[in-house]
Amino acid sequence: MNSFSGKTISWSLRDSVIELVLHRAPANEIGTETLGELEQFMVSLGALSEQASAVIVHSTLRAGFCAGADLRELYQSSLPLDAKARLDGVREFLERIHAVMNALDATALTTIAAVHGVCFGGGFELALACDLIVADKMARFCFPELRLGLIPGFGGIPRLKRDLGNAVVRDLLLTGRSINAAKALSAGLVSQVAAEGEALRVARATAAQVTKFDRGASAAAKKFIKPIPSEELRREIDLFCELFTRPAVMAGLRKFVESTEALSYLP
Amino acid sequence: MPSIDQTTDEILDLAAKQFKVPRETLAPGDDFFKKLGIDSLQALEMLTRIEQHFGVELPDYEMQGVSDFRTLANRIQARL
Repeated sequence: MNSFSGKTISWSLRDSVIELVLHRAPANEIGTETLGELEQFMVSLGALSEQASAVIVHSTLRAGFCAGADLRELYQSSLPLDAKARLDGVREFLERIHAVMNALDATALTTIAAVHGVCFGGGFELALACDLIVADKMARFCFPELRLGLIPGFGGIPRLKRDLGNAVVRDLLLTGRSINAAKALSAGLVSQVAAEGEALRVARATAAQVTKFDRGASAAAKKFIKPIPSEELRREIDLFCELFTRPAVMAGLRKFVESTEALSYLP
Repeated sequence: MPSIDQTTDEILDLAAKQFKVPRETLAPGDDFFKKLGIDSLQALEMLTRIEQHFGVELPDYEMQGVSDFRTLANRIQARL
């Protein structure tokens, strides 16, 4: 189908450009419902690809692009389970979200994330699966996972390392700090910075440019320059699961879920 | 380099403009979360505007535990 309107995401095809819209309040946290709809999108993308040249991913929520995984759902769904069932559930979720991210990463279409506001954790990883990131000047990027005793689990480390190198990964991963769009541009993470509220317009202009090219040539160029770091992605899942078994993680999740601190957007 | 008073004033100007409050109602020692009634995302926006204005980076972990304008100005001043 050329369009879909779900509870957490929607998509439509127009003028050879697919727009994937994130709209799950409050900040597009990715839980099982979003994952299910993203899986539907990836199935549809196969058919839509014949009619499209580009995909734009963006959010309609004021808070930003995406605040990452739904940690409240993760905590609450894990709470009643024993350790083995808890780990099995996390691994299954990771396998599924990795399949989505890998498919988005490898699609023959040119993919553009139009980012504003928070682009944290799993949201950052979603943006990193895209070919280009256009950022509103108010956007911020962050891997806060170590604050919970975890690493990013949606493929972010291998993709950031592939695109920018190990030193940038270490800075963001080991400090958990957020960086603004200007810093992200200077690091090479972001390809264009837009004025406040203009990221989608800039992304659409970029997508319009992409549609002028031969689709086969664009796809070949992308495949040549953007290998999927499959082995590291696999190891990331294993390491995440290994860390997830530590008691400190559930304690950290509980602290985050119950936090009333002023900077509670960060775990 | 501007003085700490100048930096504090500029931060107060930015906050007044961003949150649409009269500048004269803000003072250096005010708790900006309480005074402005802002949440964590709005505080992050304020940080981004401050970074843009002064042309510096202030990691958000340096903002944790800071809630008054003067202390925030000190953190910025250390990076000018």
